Amino acid sequence: MAAYIIRRLFLAIIVLLITTVVVFLAMHLLPGDPILLKMTSSEMRQTSPEQIAFLRHQFGLDKSLFVQYYDWISGVVHGDLGVSILYQDKVTNELKMSVPITAHLGTLAEVGGFIIGLPLGVICAVRRGKWLDTIITILANLGITVPIFWLGILLMYLFALELRWLPVFGYTSPFDNFWLSTRQLIMPVFCLAVFPVAAIMRQTRSSMLEVMRQDYIRTAWSKGLRERTVVTKHALKNGLIPVLTFIGLGITNIIGGAVLIETVFNIPGVGRLMVFSILNQDYPITQGITLIIATVVVLVNLLVDISYGWLDPRIRYT
Amino acid sequence: MSKEITLPTGISEAPPQISESRRFIRVFLNRGVVVFGIVIIILFLVTAAFAPLIAPYDPYEQHFDQSLHMPSKAHLLGTDTLGRDTLSRMIYGTRYSLMVGVIALGIAAVVGMILGLFAGYFGGWVQATIMRLMDSLMAFPMILLALVVAGMLGAGLKNVMVALGIALVPGYARMMCGQALSVKENDYILAERSLGAGNVRIMFRHIFPNCLPPLIVMITMMMGTTMLAEAGLSFLGIGIEIPNAAWGGMISEGYKYVLTNPILSLAPGLALMVVVFSFNMVGDGLRDALDPRLRGTI
Repeated sequence: MAAYIIRRLFLAIIVLLITTVVVFLAMHLLPGDPILLKMTSSEMRQTSPEQIAFLRHQFGLDKSLFVQYYDWISGVVHGDLGVSILYQDKVTNELKMSVPITAHLGTLAEVGGFIIGLPLGVICAVRRGKWLDTIITILANLGITVPIFWLGILLMYLFALELRWLPVFGYTSPFDNFWLSTRQLIMPVFCLAVFPVAAIMRQTRSSMLEVMRQDYIRTAWSKGLRERTVVTKHALKNGLIPVLTFIGLGITNIIGGAVLIETVFNIPGVGRLMVFSILNQDYPITQGITLIIATVVVLVNLLVDISYGWLDPRIRYT
Repeated sequence: MSKEITLPTGISEAPPQISESRRFIRVFLNRGVVVFGIVIIILFLVTAAFAPLIAPYDPYEQHFDQSLHMPSKAHLLGTDTLGRDTLSRMIYGTRYSLMVGVIALGIAAVVGMILGLFAGYFGGWVQATIMRLMDSLMAFPMILLALVVAGMLGAGLKNVMVALGIALVPGYARMMCGQALSVKENDYILAERSLGAGNVRIMFRHIFPNCLPPLIVMITMMMGTTMLAEAGLSFLGIGIEIPNAAWGGMISEGYKYVLTNPILSLAPGLALMVVVFSFNMVGDGLRDALDPRLRGTI
């Protein structure tokens, strides 16, 4: 087991390194110049080529790609992600402001996904083919289909503009004003949670159906156990293992969703920062964010894989 | 060498033969929601093909005197800020959704399958190199990957298709690799090799076709995902450029007038959802019908 974990950690680091190279190359080889994008047209007329060259030099953009990558990665190892071209601020500072916001939204959505999706999946599997199963399954299929930014606009129109129950958009830290923060979070978190709820429900349903067919479940029934005991004690434990995979998938999905939802609800999180930095070709910020996202995703998937063996003793790592 | 294989006595009482294609059709069309999906997809394709005949107005014709009209007999879904007919724009929008979906998926499927096939067939360092690269691309949410590529290439139809195509490659590569790994262990591959077949022949004539069923399901399912991602990119302003009638861009444009004319945003979003739902349901149906575990049983 220890050897397996070490090998997987080693692989994870390789994957992360490749990720940084790919993103770095993508940002630097494709056309576009962040220095020119940063300037307004009037500024551009007043700036001499020498000054532009100086700016390029200041951000290290005149060095060779290899040197630029080396500079960046050696900074990363020391916890320095560089300086944003657009904000003239340390990338780490920008991330310190935006990461907690997205983490807050995302955690609520993911936890909500499990709290709601799991029981629904179990109910559907146990009541297979009944009307409740049919309704929930159709809703879940719609849930994995709905364009979430559109859902956000729909909710905003209904609950904020028409009914005026909730604030239209924005984000407030729960430590500053808990009540306002919660009210502002309801719609974005709901939108982000729709996919996890639906996907976890579908996964739980199908893996529970698979488990309910097993011999040991028939044995449990034939012992005369009550339905609740069979479902919770015998089926659920085994049925939940495949659902675990979804933790990793869910995180990727929520980050992807955050890009859209933070734009709709004007929330200053990582997603919106990412869109903004890409539109302005702010390399350091984009590289910093992709590094953080890739690290989180790779680590979560690693933890999921390791916990598999811990939960299912039949899986042995060699 | 005779092609006939005679069964030893005793095994000849095989279960009654069920025609494979008839079984496929029966399982496939078993659920009402799959039939619904097929109908919607056909409607979608017909609309895209005959958009100029179906659309009541020119989707790009501007009438400033008819700006932001509510739905009426003349304009069933109202008009946008430039007085363009929303329904006509939605009808033309099917073309972009379809084109982006098909081309992006085509790029992803071809590149991804070839990479996966090579990785799975050769194994060793080829597999390690290709799959680690794919793993690292998969460490991003798909839309972020597309966003990075589209952001660098700039907005526009062609770039969106390329960006989404690249973003979808890892999924196909991983699936194909797994398939190829299991298919190549079959005895018929060994037999083919002992007959002197080369690597390329074995890969493309024998392994590839046997890997296809799950990939067909994946392609169907991904059609919806791709269309959603295209709408997402257009919504963020990195997708298909503004004057073009694409659903994502229409949602984004209508977002500005959500208080007065919510239908501008809601109608294209609903259409997108119905079409994506249909592709997912047809994918579900295909999966059930192609499932080898069910073969010969129902």
